[in-house]
Parts: sequence; C-alpha cells; structure tokens
Amino acid sequence: MATETETPIRGMGHSVKRKEDARFIRGRGRYVDDIKLPGMLFLDIVRSPYAHATIKNIDASAALAQPGVLAVITGKDLDAAGLAWMPTLMGDKQMVLPVDRVVYQAQEVAAVVATDRYAAADGVALVNVEYEPLPPVTDPIKALEADAPLVRPDREQKTNHIWHWEAGDAARTDELFNQAEVVVKEDLYIPRIHVCSIETCGCVASFDAVEGKLTVYMTTQAPHAIRTVFSLVTSIPEHKIHIISPDIGGGFGGKVPVYPGYVIACVASIKTGHPVKWIEDRSENLQADSFARDYHITAELAAKRDGTMQALRVKTIADHGAFDAAANPSKFPAGLFSVITGSYELDAAHVEVDGVYTNKPSGGVAYRCSFRVTEAVHTIERMVDVLAQKLSMDPAELRLKNFIPPEKFPYKSPTGWEYDSGNYPAALRKAMEEIGYEQLRREQAEKRARGELMGIGLSTFTEIVGAGPSHTFDILGIKMFDSAEIRVHPTGSAIVRIGVQTQGQGHETTFAQIVAEELGLPVENITVEHGDTDTAPYGLGTYASRSTPTAGAATAVAARKIREKAKNIAAHLLEVSPDDLEWENYQFRVKGTPGKAVTMQQIAFAAYTNHPQGMEAGLEAVDYYDPPNLTFPFGAYVCVVDIDRGTGEVKIRRFLAIDDCGNIINPMIVDGQIHGGLTMGMAPALLEEITYDENGNIQQGNFMDYLLPTAMETPAWETDKTVTPSPHHPFGAKGVGESATVGAPPAIANAVVDALSHLGVTHIDIPITPWKVYKILEEHGVAES
Amino acid sequence: MTTQTTQTTQTTHKVTLTINGQPYTAEVEPRLLLVHFIREVAGLTGTHIGCDTTSCGACTVLVNGVPAKSCTLLAVQVDGAEIRTVEGLEQDGKLHPVQDGFVQEHGLQCGFCTPGMMLTAVALLERNPQPTEDEIRRAISGNLCRCTGYVNIVKSIQYAAKQMREAQATPAPAPVGAEV
Repeated sequence: MATETETPIRGMGHSVKRKEDARFIRGRGRYVDDIKLPGMLFLDIVRSPYAHATIKNIDASAALAQPGVLAVITGKDLDAAGLAWMPTLMGDKQMVLPVDRVVYQAQEVAAVVATDRYAAADGVALVNVEYEPLPPVTDPIKALEADAPLVRPDREQKTNHIWHWEAGDAARTDELFNQAEVVVKEDLYIPRIHVCSIETCGCVASFDAVEGKLTVYMTTQAPHAIRTVFSLVTSIPEHKIHIISPDIGGGFGGKVPVYPGYVIACVASIKTGHPVKWIEDRSENLQADSFARDYHITAELAAKRDGTMQALRVKTIADHGAFDAAANPSKFPAGLFSVITGSYELDAAHVEVDGVYTNKPSGGVAYRCSFRVTEAVHTIERMVDVLAQKLSMDPAELRLKNFIPPEKFPYKSPTGWEYDSGNYPAALRKAMEEIGYEQLRREQAEKRARGELMGIGLSTFTEIVGAGPSHTFDILGIKMFDSAEIRVHPTGSAIVRIGVQTQGQGHETTFAQIVAEELGLPVENITVEHGDTDTAPYGLGTYASRSTPTAGAATAVAARKIREKAKNIAAHLLEVSPDDLEWENYQFRVKGTPGKAVTMQQIAFAAYTNHPQGMEAGLEAVDYYDPPNLTFPFGAYVCVVDIDRGTGEVKIRRFLAIDDCGNIINPMIVDGQIHGGLTMGMAPALLEEITYDENGNIQQGNFMDYLLPTAMETPAWETDKTVTPSPHHPFGAKGVGESATVGAPPAIANAVVDALSHLGVTHIDIPITPWKVYKILEEHGVAES
Repeated sequence: MTTQTTQTTQTTHKVTLTINGQPYTAEVEPRLLLVHFIREVAGLTGTHIGCDTTSCGACTVLVNGVPAKSCTLLAVQVDGAEIRTVEGLEQDGKLHPVQDGFVQEHGLQCGFCTPGMMLTAVALLERNPQPTEDEIRRAISGNLCRCTGYVNIVKSIQYAAKQMREAQATPAPAPVGAEV
C-alpha cells in the first residue's frame, strides 16, 4: 500500500463497503416510481383476458366520462402514427397496442391516461372491449403441427416456426454415436420462469414540445441502446432523446427488452403535453413481461465403457411466445447455448435449436444468465450424471476423467468457442475436500441401508460471459463494446462515467476501486456515474455478466491512458526523462532513487497548474473497449440433500460453491453476487415455474402462486474460490454475477436424483417440487404415509 | 403536498397520521392505501411497492410499533396511528444499528427491499434482542429479497443485535439506536 498517502487507496482485492448503501439504507434511493414531475399524469393499461382473440370493438366512452380520465389510447390511434408495432431486439416486430387481435393473455389492449393512479385504474375498468376468442396454442411442440392455430398471421411465413439454428459438426457427431460403446439419452424440460425483480418495470416520460426533447426515466438495463431504438422508431433525433436509468430495483435480464408500456407512456406525454408515469403492478409484470427458459431438450451423450466422453447431440424446441423479443446478440438466436459441451473434452458435438411461436408472452430473456447458458449447463451437467449412473461410476470420478486439462487452455471447443483459462480439477478437488465428499458418500451408504434418502449432487460448470468481441457480437447492428470516461480533477479526486449501468451490482464502488488501483487515488475520492445517456459514454448496458469484462476493462484502459500522460508530467516535475521513471507503490519514482517520487495527486494538480510546454492541460481519458474474447468463469458446486419420505420435500442440508471468476475487485461484493445467484439457481430447481392451461390462462400470475424463495427455504450458502485469471482481460477478471444461477440448478437436481438413483430414477425435471418427489416415492413403494 | 387522489370521487375523509414523529393530515379517499399516503401525501418514498398480494414486504412499515404491509392497509383504517418508516431510523445523524449492520455485512444490493427488511428487523430486535438464526429467518420470511440470498441479511441483523446488546450493557455513553 502507498505508505506516503494519508488516505488508503483500497483498490483491487479490498472488501470496500459500498458507496451506494448510504442512500439506500436511509430510504433515499431514487427509483423510477419515486420520480415526480410537475403536472405529471398516470397511465394504466387495459389487458386481454384471452390468450388469443380478435378485437371486435373498443368502447372508451364510459372511461372518458370518468372524472380524472383525460385520454384513452388504442392500437388504432398508434397505427395512425405508424407506432402500433415496434421492432424487437431480435429483428422481429412486436405489437405496442393491437389493432384487431391479441396473441397472449394480459397483452396490452388500450391505455388510460388520468390525473392519478386511482383514476387511471377506474378508467381501465370502464374500457369496454369486445373480443371474439380464437383457439390458442401454448405448447410449442403442438404449435409445430400442421393444423395448429397460427400465432402470427402478419408474417409471410404461415407457420409457427421462427428459425432453425445449429452449431458443431453433425457428421462427425453422428459417426461417433454410431460407433459408441455407451449412449445415454434424456428428455429435459427447462421450465418457463420469470425474473421478478422486486421493483417492477415502469417509466416517467416527459416530452418538452418547445425543445422537442423527450426525457424518459426508465427501468432499463441498457439506456443507450434504448435511446438509439427510440430514435429509429419515433424519428426524434437521437440528441433530443434523454434516457435516464435511475436506481433500479433489480434487473436480472427482465429490464433489457422494450415493453409496450414504455412506448405508450412516451406517446401519451407527446399527446397530452404532460409528463406521464407508468408503473406496472406485480401481476402485470409477472403475466406480461418477457419470460426466461422454456426449452424442450433431447440430449444424448456418447462414451466409451471406461467413461471417456466422446460426443454430445442435442435437439431443442425453444418456446419464444408470440413475439421473438429475446435479448440475444443478433447472430445468436439461441444465445450462447452452444457452450453446452461445458467443462469436458469431447471429440465432437452437434446442437440444434428451433424457435417457435406460441400464444404466450415473449420468452427468451435471461434470468440472471448470459444468453441461454443456464439451459446449456443444466443439460451437460445432468447428462454427465446420467452417464455416471449408467456406468456405475462416481460422478466426481467421471468428471475428473473428462475435464479439459489445465494445460490445454486456451481451449477450442467442438462448437467453436475458445475458452480463455480454467483449472477444473483444482476447483472440484477443493470442493470435495472442503465438504468431505468421501465421508458424505459413506454416510449416504449407511443411510440408504436404513431406508433414508440422502443425495449428493455435483455441478462443475463453465460459463461464457462478457459479450463481446465486436466481430461476432452486436445487438441490432450496434457492436457490443463498452466504455468508460475518467476525469481527474486538479485536487486529485476523479469522476468516472461508464457505459454500463448498475441494478445492485455495486458499480459505484467496484469501478471506483479499478480507478483507485490504476491511478493510486483513494477510492473514496472517486465518483462513479452511470445510466444517464446525456452524460455517460455510449455503452450496451449491464446484463450477461458483461460489466466487468467490458466496461471494467475500458475503465482500466482509460486509467492507463491517464497514467501514460501522468508519467510525462511526473518527468517534468522531477526533471528527469520519462524512461527514468517507474510506477511503484502507487506513485512515479525515479529508478534507483525511491525517495524521488510524485503521487498522482501531485501530478493532477500540475496537469492544471504546471503542465509541460507543448502538452495539453488536463488529465482525462476515454476508452471504448472491444474485448478480444469472452471470459469463461467456472466453478465446482456440491449440494447435499435429505428427502422427507412422508412429504417428498427436498431439504438442502449443505451447499458449497467454489467459484473462479479470475482476479477479484471486491471479495465482499463477489460473495454477495454468488449468494444471490445461488438463490436464483435454487428457485427454478425447487420452486418456480410458469405454466398455462389449455385456454392459455397463466397458472402462476401473482406472488401467491409464483413462489420466490424466502429466507426459510434458502440455505446458509457456503462459498470459497480458486483464482485463474483471464489472460486477455486488462486486470485478469471474469464476470461473476450469474455464475451461481447457472451452476446451482444441476447440483440440486443431481443431488435429488442421486438420492433416488438406487430406485432406478435417472432424471427429474425441475422444479423438483414435493409433490413430484412424493409421486416418485409412491411409485417405488418407499413413500411413508 | 396535498393528495391528487381527492380529484376523482366525492367522498373523502380527514386522516391524521404521525409518521416518524411528524403529523400529516390530509383529506383522502377511503380507498387510499397507507403506502400511497406515505409515498404521495407525506412524500416519503423510502417505502416501496413490490407486489399486489401482500407477499413481498417491500412496503413494510411499523404501525404503532408492529410491522405491517402498508399496501394492504387503508389510510383511513390507521387514522391516528404512529407510523415508522425507513426515514425515521436514523436519529440525530446517527444510524440505527440495523442500518449500520446492513452496510457492514453487505445486506443489500439493489436496495429496493431494504427499507421493509430493515423495519422488520428493527421490530424483531425490539421484542427479541438475541434472536437465533432460525428466529431471524422466520421473522424476515415475509420480506422477499431477489438479490442477496438472505445470508448477509441474517448477518446484518446479527450484527445489529450485537451492537444493541453491547450498547444496552454499557451505561454510558448513551445507548446507540436505543430510541423507540
């Protein structure tokens, strides 16, 4: 540490307490619903009770007669302005408000603008919509049948099939399967789930007719991309659109898409000349906003009798709902699903995904997951266990036999990814040792002999995060770089503005730590700003664990540009050549004369008061960072469960997560990210699922029916780490926000199947509910009544 | 400010609530939810709304010292009550030990559930100064957090409990955060 500085630097590796906490613990956060502008009106939405219907008529007269109601906006109004449809981030189009038909339950049908939220709700109740119901299709496999109801007659192609996508080598994979000594096959369903950030979505749109400027406070994870899309859709020049993402109450991928409510609120503000607030109810959020997962997977794994894994073959039907409004990079309609060969060295793999329309809200957003990685990891991690069971091998032994060896990195996967770094055996061995794997196996054998059900599950996953290299990754053509701008003030404090945005990840602290480390300025003297498109440099936003790999890298590179300039100023101050200087202990000092040194604070002052002749004054830099590759965090998880034979309830007794996200900026925050990720991994493994009945009615449309984990179900997670830096990231970091959500579900599912494997159970689809388990126990005659 | 909700229907009632020691009086519709009174009449936006089924607890406040979900009470129902919200936790520039605990133990991420979570914790510690981990988990089981996985929230409450017990055990200086 810099002993010369009075205030500690506290850069990389310090558990610095979060700067943002000061406002949150005092109730001084500023979330969208806290924004109140003069003359502000409220917007509420009329939604369809039907999953599929034609709209015969909309009668707004009673609503308009209600005191406080000022306007009712319908699809026909928007159509007249060319705004009834909008583009999705996946190159499809989506209804803002329907002109003549609805395609999922809870779809937006009309909007009521009123003087307050109660009057708006009164208006919604009084809008009379006449529907003629049509038969819906909610099962993607049935949707592909020839006589299935057509979800999207607006398209040229008159089927519900959206796209086909594949990766890997089909011929080589088939060849290996034909020669294989052992083949295992399972059908896996990864259920439809919803992110349910505790803050719902909403916005305050304010159009200034005099300036011609639209300002939108919005629950968005990607404010710059939204600004560009809004400009393209509305023809308002981009410099006249100001998107502000204030404090955001959780994102998890659900706040990446553009929802109709945002657009309607903007239209309503333009139409009424007043600021307009739209805030969803939880039920609206849960019934209509984009969903995650909903993958129907058939997976096959080919191996030798000694357990050597050879090839993986996967076919998937992906339910994308009525609009392909997923938030994937444009060249990847199935996201990064092709990372499905995971941590294992396979000779070949072939993966196919077919996207399908159904009468359900849009699917395909992430749920704290980097573009379909969770589906991929669940598949491979389950299949490894299925193979272990078939070969009567210990699943840990089978994994250790097939891991990509540490010396083979960078490793080219059979589906084309180049893994940057990894040491999988080290992580698994550490996990096994810390949890006492052998002892647990002995305990399990003893319990099994007594008829007790205990299971041990492993997951040794590899993630793929940090999109991405711009040659491969873009969203609607916008390359997925990210950015940072740093200004060092004369007295040695600094402001950092970044192209990504925080929804709880703690960027205001961690990005300050990056700058502190690179420049030797105390972390408390560095302010981080984000989420405001008028001030922050252009960026693609925070999702898919990309902030640290992309904008974090940009921040370090921008700081290094500043340090280069600072070195010249230091040489000027010390009257030596820049070549005679070294950066050591957070200061520039003359090589061989450690006493002769200047701090960054001294250099900053000189940059404005005494800079060398011929040099620009000031000390600032900007960087748009285009990562050379993605980063590949990994981990080894062990889950121990006990199953109640009387109720089928699965109790997680212990869960140990060993994570490797490379070099760590703030260990406290990384631990917190992992705790949260594990909980959002447990949720779909044991509790959460969205289903629909045959009429397209959602079965879990509120928090009474859709069960988020509470403190009672959530175990006391145990965490530890290994550190394998990314070789291409400026400070060796990888993303971490989603690792645990991705890695946890198969560890839990594997533990439950392991507890029941002696009964011949090879697979159970998540969520593994007590009822599902009880039925299995009953079937095998081991349930206690 | 005065409520905008008086514009839509005819019947209104005069309601007076004491929030964090300060009285607020307004003519409100009988249907006005307590949470909207707090947020829009009193202008205290630290209390949040996260659901519409009394499930998430983001709107938790203390009504006469008892945790209550303010999205499921009408303002008229609690006329005359003493309400405590997150804005009332800090006293004389000194954080309540629960607030301090949430910072020290990283008990919050996005911050949206935090005010409700902290008020539930305050009420727990006021009636049970030395709760077990299980008692803490049970107490906060009506408050959903999507970010933290609860591990650090439990630690934050344990931290606060320890601070409050130590303050109680030390006669001088004045107890930290022991005001009620």
